[in-house]
Amino acid sequence: MCRLSAITASDYFSPMETIMALETMKEGHDGSGLGLMLKNLGGDFEGLKEYPILSGICSQKGMTLLDDFMKSKGFRVKHMWTPRIKPMPGIQKRDFYIAKAYEYPEEWRDRPMSEKEDLLMRTRLELRAIGEPDQSIFAFSFYPDVLTLKEVGDPLEVAQFFGLDKSDSLKAKIALAQGRQNTNYAIYLYACHPFFIQGYASMTNGENTAFVPIREFLMSRGNPGYIGYNSDSEVFTHILHYTCRTLGFPLNYYKDVITPLKDSEIEGRSDREALGLMKKSLRPLCIDGPNCVIGFTPDGTVFMVQDSKKLRPGAVGGVKGKYALMSEECGITRAIPERDQSTDIYPMKYDMVIISPNAEEVTVWNQLRN
Amino acid sequence: MEPASQLDSNYDLSIQDFPYIIEWREDRCTRCGKCTAVCPVKAITPSVAAQRLVESEGASPMPTSKKVTRHVVVQSRDIDRYCTGCGTCSLVCPAEAIKPVYNSHNRFLIYKNKKGDAFKRGGRRNDPSISTVDKLKFTRISMLTDPALDAGRHEFRVRSLLGRILPPEELPLAVKDGKLVKMNEKFIPPVREIFPIRIGSMSVGALSPTMWEGLAMGVAYLNEVEGMPVVMCSGEGGLPPRLLKSRFAKYFILQIASGYFGWDEIVHAIPDMKEDPAAIEIKYGQGAKPGDGGLLMAYKVLKLIAKIRGVPEFIDLASPPTHQTKYSIEEAVAKMIQAMSMAWGFRVPVYPKISGSKTARAVLNNLARNPYAAALCIDGEDGGTGAAYNVSMDKMGHPIASNIRECYLDLVSQGKQNELPLIAAGGMGKGGHLAANAAAMIMLGASAVDIGKYIMQSAGNCLGDEYNRCNLCNTGRCPRGITTQDPRLYRRLDPDMVAQRVVDVFRVADVELKKIFAPMGRSTELPIGMSDGLSVADRAIAERLGISYAC
Ligand code: SF4
Ligand code: SF4
Repeated sequence: MCRLSAITASDYFSPMETIMALETMKEGHDGSGLGLMLKNLGGDFEGLKEYPILSGICSQKGMTLLDDFMKSKGFRVKHMWTPRIKPMPGIQKRDFYIAKAYEYPEEWRDRPMSEKEDLLMRTRLELRAIGEPDQSIFAFSFYPDVLTLKEVGDPLEVAQFFGLDKSDSLKAKIALAQGRQNTNYAIYLYACHPFFIQGYASMTNGENTAFVPIREFLMSRGNPGYIGYNSDSEVFTHILHYTCRTLGFPLNYYKDVITPLKDSEIEGRSDREALGLMKKSLRPLCIDGPNCVIGFTPDGTVFMVQDSKKLRPGAVGGVKGKYALMSEECGITRAIPERDQSTDIYPMKYDMVIISPNAEEVTVWNQLRN
Repeated sequence: MEPASQLDSNYDLSIQDFPYIIEWREDRCTRCGKCTAVCPVKAITPSVAAQRLVESEGASPMPTSKKVTRHVVVQSRDIDRYCTGCGTCSLVCPAEAIKPVYNSHNRFLIYKNKKGDAFKRGGRRNDPSISTVDKLKFTRISMLTDPALDAGRHEFRVRSLLGRILPPEELPLAVKDGKLVKMNEKFIPPVREIFPIRIGSMSVGALSPTMWEGLAMGVAYLNEVEGMPVVMCSGEGGLPPRLLKSRFAKYFILQIASGYFGWDEIVHAIPDMKEDPAAIEIKYGQGAKPGDGGLLMAYKVLKLIAKIRGVPEFIDLASPPTHQTKYSIEEAVAKMIQAMSMAWGFRVPVYPKISGSKTARAVLNNLARNPYAAALCIDGEDGGTGAAYNVSMDKMGHPIASNIRECYLDLVSQGKQNELPLIAAGGMGKGGHLAANAAAMIMLGASAVDIGKYIMQSAGNCLGDEYNRCNLCNTGRCPRGITTQDPRLYRRLDPDMVAQRVVDVFRVADVELKKIFAPMGRSTELPIGMSDGLSVADRAIAERLGISYAC
């Protein structure tokens, strides 16, 4: 089973903290990959908050293609970060790992953020389409203040390979890290968590048994961003995006979409009328599999949510200003040793743990009481 | 001189031409006469036969002959009195002296056309081969990364929705104080939560009073005692007014077909109805006899039936193949859905039922554009009927599996797969695997399945099968009392026992559906369209249905 490690804090911290937490949970993953997604960046990117960052991997050829494409679209490079690679046995180095902050094309600068988000997503998808056939370009995210790193290998070694343990150039207030348990599929970078779309990100453990109907439903929504699905967990991110951005529902309704209540339970909710309608209309997005989902939204809220039978563990703990959301408790201990363990939260089947931006407040939203 | 053709019985049929040959054991027969009395077609008759016995006594042959007369049972070689293989004679025989044996060399259909009268019968397609649906297997088993659920321990919700479902983007919802509230201005189509196996349309009239009553009681029990929202369709011809006006009306789907039989009574009952019906089904076609109308033979139109249907007694009740007052199915669908919806104040889902056809997608797309269309029921070639031409049953129609699948994928391409439920009918449980067939159809994209023949077989012990056994439903001489209006026959059927069996069938289907869904890791919502769960050991089928090939 994959292991999940997320930290949200009011101050910048090194992403190594999430990886060390992942390391303590090592028994669960076989070290077949690391995905790391950072938000609210410090270090090199602290002064570049409004510039969208394109994160990805390119071959020599891909790099030229990418640069030409971005130039043709009017994006100008503002800053480029590349990790200082430390060769590691067992990790095959690719040509370029990049995080490039761009200036928006001239005519887009004054457009509203939602339009900019559409431009960024389209651009990322176009890059993906150019680079996917020969794997010359992998574009993971393209969004302001968000950076993604992914590579196949043991998570700690991948982190060392990227030099994260040696450099302060990358810091963040939110970090999601996933240690991959390779199941039966060949490891493909687009199948690595966390997944991202227009400010929404999530990572998951467990398999998604309702994957095909969910994928078909999402892909038929007319949103060009709902593609990929090299991993059955990517749909969790897109459901989040669909619920919050497309439908405009508050975040806690994500729980109601993926794990709808029974009709008798809905009766006890003050928003029962809306919920009854939602349950029917969003029926194909109900997840049935055993999953723990950890994610963030564009405003910096971080959450953890469980499948309706709580077949996958997950725990949240921390101190004011810094919280860890982990698939194992030992991960919390590693990340925030000073926290009072008795205050740890184990979200149960009706719970959704929501941590407000800057790790200010933790709420456990209970689905039965709204 | 007599012509040789007569002397040699040249124009008679040989017993080998018949589909069932009676094996009668003279040594066991007690000559009670029960078998010949009970035979619904007079295929066997008591007779006397003179026999010459040649005997010889003593050491050297000295043959003497004597004539004896014996009572025998003989099988008719009149094609109109062919043995149907129903086996009723065996049932009543106290000495196990008689049974029909299927004769695979028969040439029945070649001769069953006397006086230009084409063979008509009840039942379903006479094809005993394994149907496509029965070939599908559930191969995606959750194990390690994904623990299987426990059918006995975890909570399961085996429910489906019947009715037009709004796309999420069109829900009239707004956020107020962080909560979603429903805005009032928009019409929300009615949607029912149902058990995903329904009892399909079989009319009061086609079925005997005892059979119909038994089904209805079973359905009411399932709903009220077992908490299983099983619904049942009236078939064409309405419902007894007392039932219409009762609180049980909500478990029934009222069918309107091209003869509009029974609707006078229904329309008059509307003001007195305490409950809305579960839905209205507009019948445009039937899988067993695509393009044919309904037919209730005169001898089934007894007093009650005549009253419910609003017609005189003892006349043939034929429904035309199409709704005559409408120019086209598009118009018919639009206007009838509108009219039926209005009759119940838009509180009742209204949907059409068509026979499986290559053109089903055209109908589907028409419905997809009509915001009042509540579902589409497609009845495949293996659907049953009370009366139809054999040629229609055997050769007309479309298999249900690919028909449902292509319709579902069509909806997927439009993003409407959750808006318009598809209901699959025709051959469900034909091989005995009801729950497996239902689950397979659901994974191909159906929201529910209908059963007809299966419930007749399981709850009424119907004798019919795909070797043309019995299939006398059209004659009014049903030996089980299921499809007859003759009190001497239908009193054989105890409605309480029918009801009990209906309950048994649905409870078992519920358990078996869970036993299928649990290992596949599904419990909360029906796995509609979960096609990755299915495989088949036939490449062509796998390709056509868009599922995997496994062997
Ligand atoms: S099997 Fe049925 S039709 Fe044939 S002889 Fe016996 S009772 Fe008659
Ligand atoms: S037993 Fe009755 S219902 Fe069944 S096939 Fe025979 S006549 Fe038809």
